[in-house]
Amino acid sequence: MNSHVKSELIFDKSRNGRRAFAQAPNAVKASKIPSKLMRNDKPRLPEVSEPQTVRHFTRLSQLNFSIDTQFYPLGSCTMKHNPRACNALALLPEFAGRHPLGPISHGQGFMSCMFELQEMLKDVTGMKGVSLTPMAGAQGELAGVAMIKAYHEARGDHERTEIICPDAAHGTNPATAMMCGCQVVEVPTGPEGDIDFDALKLAVGPKTAGIMLTNPSTLGVFERRIKDVADLIHGAGGLLYYDGANLNAILGKVRPGDMDFDVIHMNLHKTFSTPHGGGGPGSGAVGVNDRLLPFMPIPIVGSKQVEGKTLYDWLSEDDLPQSIGRLSGFMGNAGVLLRAYVYMRMLGCDGMKRVSEFATLNANYLSSKLQEAGFELAFPARRASHEFIVTLKHEARSLNLTAMDFAKALLDKNYHAPTTYFPLLVPECLLIEPTETESKETLDNFVTAMIEIATAAKKGVEFKDAPYTMPVRRLDDVKAARQLDLAYQPE
Amino acid sequence: MPFIPHTEKDTREMLQTIGVNSIDDLFDEIPTELKIDQLEHVPGALSEMEVSRFMKQRAKIDGSPMCFIGAGAYEHHIPTAVWDIATRGEFYSAYTPYQAEASQGTLQVIYEYQTMITQLTGLDISNASLYDGASALAEASLMAVRINRHVKSGRVLLAPGVNPIYEQVASAIAGAQGLTFERLPTDITTGNVDFDLLPKDSDPVAVVLQQPSYIGTLDDVNRLTDWAHANGALMISVVNPISLALLKAPGHWGSEGADVAIGEGQPLGIPMSSGGPYFGFMTCKKKYARQMPGRIVGRTTDLDGNLGYALTLQAREQHIRRSKATSNICTNQGLMVTAATIYMSLLGYEGLVNVAKTCHHNTALLADGLSAIDGVERLFEGPFFHEVALKLDRPISSLLEILANRNILAGLDITSFVGSDALLICATETKTQEDIEVFITAFSEAMASVNTNSA
Repeated sequence: MNSHVKSELIFDKSRNGRRAFAQAPNAVKASKIPSKLMRNDKPRLPEVSEPQTVRHFTRLSQLNFSIDTQFYPLGSCTMKHNPRACNALALLPEFAGRHPLGPISHGQGFMSCMFELQEMLKDVTGMKGVSLTPMAGAQGELAGVAMIKAYHEARGDHERTEIICPDAAHGTNPATAMMCGCQVVEVPTGPEGDIDFDALKLAVGPKTAGIMLTNPSTLGVFERRIKDVADLIHGAGGLLYYDGANLNAILGKVRPGDMDFDVIHMNLHKTFSTPHGGGGPGSGAVGVNDRLLPFMPIPIVGSKQVEGKTLYDWLSEDDLPQSIGRLSGFMGNAGVLLRAYVYMRMLGCDGMKRVSEFATLNANYLSSKLQEAGFELAFPARRASHEFIVTLKHEARSLNLTAMDFAKALLDKNYHAPTTYFPLLVPECLLIEPTETESKETLDNFVTAMIEIATAAKKGVEFKDAPYTMPVRRLDDVKAARQLDLAYQPE
Repeated sequence: MPFIPHTEKDTREMLQTIGVNSIDDLFDEIPTELKIDQLEHVPGALSEMEVSRFMKQRAKIDGSPMCFIGAGAYEHHIPTAVWDIATRGEFYSAYTPYQAEASQGTLQVIYEYQTMITQLTGLDISNASLYDGASALAEASLMAVRINRHVKSGRVLLAPGVNPIYEQVASAIAGAQGLTFERLPTDITTGNVDFDLLPKDSDPVAVVLQQPSYIGTLDDVNRLTDWAHANGALMISVVNPISLALLKAPGHWGSEGADVAIGEGQPLGIPMSSGGPYFGFMTCKKKYARQMPGRIVGRTTDLDGNLGYALTLQAREQHIRRSKATSNICTNQGLMVTAATIYMSLLGYEGLVNVAKTCHHNTALLADGLSAIDGVERLFEGPFFHEVALKLDRPISSLLEILANRNILAGLDITSFVGSDALLICATETKTQEDIEVFITAFSEAMASVNTNSA
């Protein structure tokens, strides 16, 4: 880490007349476009050389923490190793250069991968149909809730507009329900982390469109009464939505379809290791059971036999007239889907199972070690799934050491912080997800770092001003929001 | 075990620390009847060598045809440095910059991106990007409803040249909140808005104009922008970022400028890659900043008074506001924006102008050459940027198939959109004069081998 490197903006390096001359064609004669449609100002883009550009962005990259450079136990985000082969093979020239509207005669290679990806995801989730088109988890959620609504409406059941969400749900769940024109009914969590079943019974009724659940939940524990929940919701005429954020915990072991979920989105950028890329692209494929097959978003890759050979084709409006429609300009984040496909082929059926096994082993080992070291687990009576929660409520009270301080102190020890202050219902929490790709030594060293911070705090060391070794100190968020500076203006 | 570092000894010691006998014991809270033994449709594992050989075979099936299709995704030269740097592990494998101090690289890149895209579009504020151009129209329409709160119609009026897929996507995403999308009348000679037939008292919440249009035409952006504002509507522009090197920026449309600009960011250094991942850009006037969806990066100071970057205006977003958020969106297309920022830096304004002019010049050459063939003429009068619609007197599907067999993707069949046999063609800076001549000759031969519609 290059600490305290003061980074200039690319605009500071700009000089009139400079540019990367190898990268654009020479000027050609003036255009035939009428002048009233032409621009007559000069946008301020940087004027820099190629070597300057390469150095500038390479140095910026070095200011980031990343999986490739640090342990990154960010709960709910599944920050596992991203294999390089997945990227390289998705960017093979024929795949990278393929136009999305090119004919299927020049797309059978790509489409065969997509078809097989659909089939593998069906198997992994226990669902009957998969559409790959949603571009992120939140768009997968939107597709899922829109399908639930379309299902009820197709049955003339127009009054079902309520979506039930546990209080521990990801913020996207209620925000999605709202975008789909539904109302949100929140249900509380019981003392051991399961949904409060009695409260759920009261929340269910003739207006229930469905419930959105993450299982294992955002609290890092498996919802033990999932079958009862499913029976209750189905009995009331509602459907079950599975938020796939935590699919890594059960991959190859338990399938949402077998838990009686009707629809699921997967975060391919989590479970199937496509890059997080500094916050995207994601990929939020959806899976459905029989009930929702007619409503899937398009396009989908279909296959048929023509003269003894398999021909892959696009399924569109004509094939699925009740579809909720299109969610992207073409077919979603195709290049991300290719990366996920390569990853799944490298894991194979046995590898899938090992993902959840070793993710769970690592989480339980880490939680045992931290508990042994005196940290309080939010749900000590429960088995951790692939992640778990430490609560620092005592440290916050007695040592004035908050979850935020702890997170920043970890940065100085060269660890990315766990997720802080989520789920909202656990005070001063750290949500820790080590993933299966971290070694025992890394986990042991992380425990040591956690102990060192707690020990220092007990001796009176304050971490209110941490971090100290990063390129910047703690930033003034209030100033950022009040005195908006969202684009560079020259002095 | 691919990507799992545990030795048998590690596993044994870890299980001992936890106090269980086997990994299976860790799943003891899951009801037994829910567990499966084996996945049935996932094949066995491949090594990297095996999967590489396999994927190369698959890629070879698709080949590398000469492509003259545009229609929302464009083949441009991508400098090698763009993806060399964007796929550095520090960018590629980082998460959303929630821990700002450990994410200054990503945050500064987004701040620089926001600056560049506001410059190109001539507007004040940019977000950190949306999923793609089509979904950006849905988000812009919902934003218009939030801004234009006194307009209750939910009616968004689309110019004739707005990409029909964008309309479908916007309708699928925003329809549940009561928005409807309707088309403005078309002047059939130009393909543009028929200003004589514009609706009276339609009470629109927003008007959307795509420039250049889906069918390649250039419309009177000033006149429609002023009409939108005179009718109390927000003006949303859909633009191609490469074209903005030449064409008037949305912020300068009409007397007040468009209010929101969106578009597909793919032309800025993103491979076509079968349709994604791309990124949607969105900029707006400063007064609408708090109604924007998606992440936004701001510059601020740290404890020592030094400049630094952080996500800001987060009170709009789902992780804080939950069901009252401006959108459910929680991702931007961070990696794609990183690539686009490097692309715009390498090209600069002068470089973009040269790319845009070469695209325009090549498309003019191609359109002139093809129009000289018997049975081919331009569908619309008027200026264009780098796409042109052609009217043909032969069935397009047969022509496209013949040319595809010669490894030429001749354009997009837009017959169903315009209502008569029509082909949309595009030639970017990647095409040489020789490529264009090869295409014209092949097209002429294909035309000669297919009967006319009347025959």
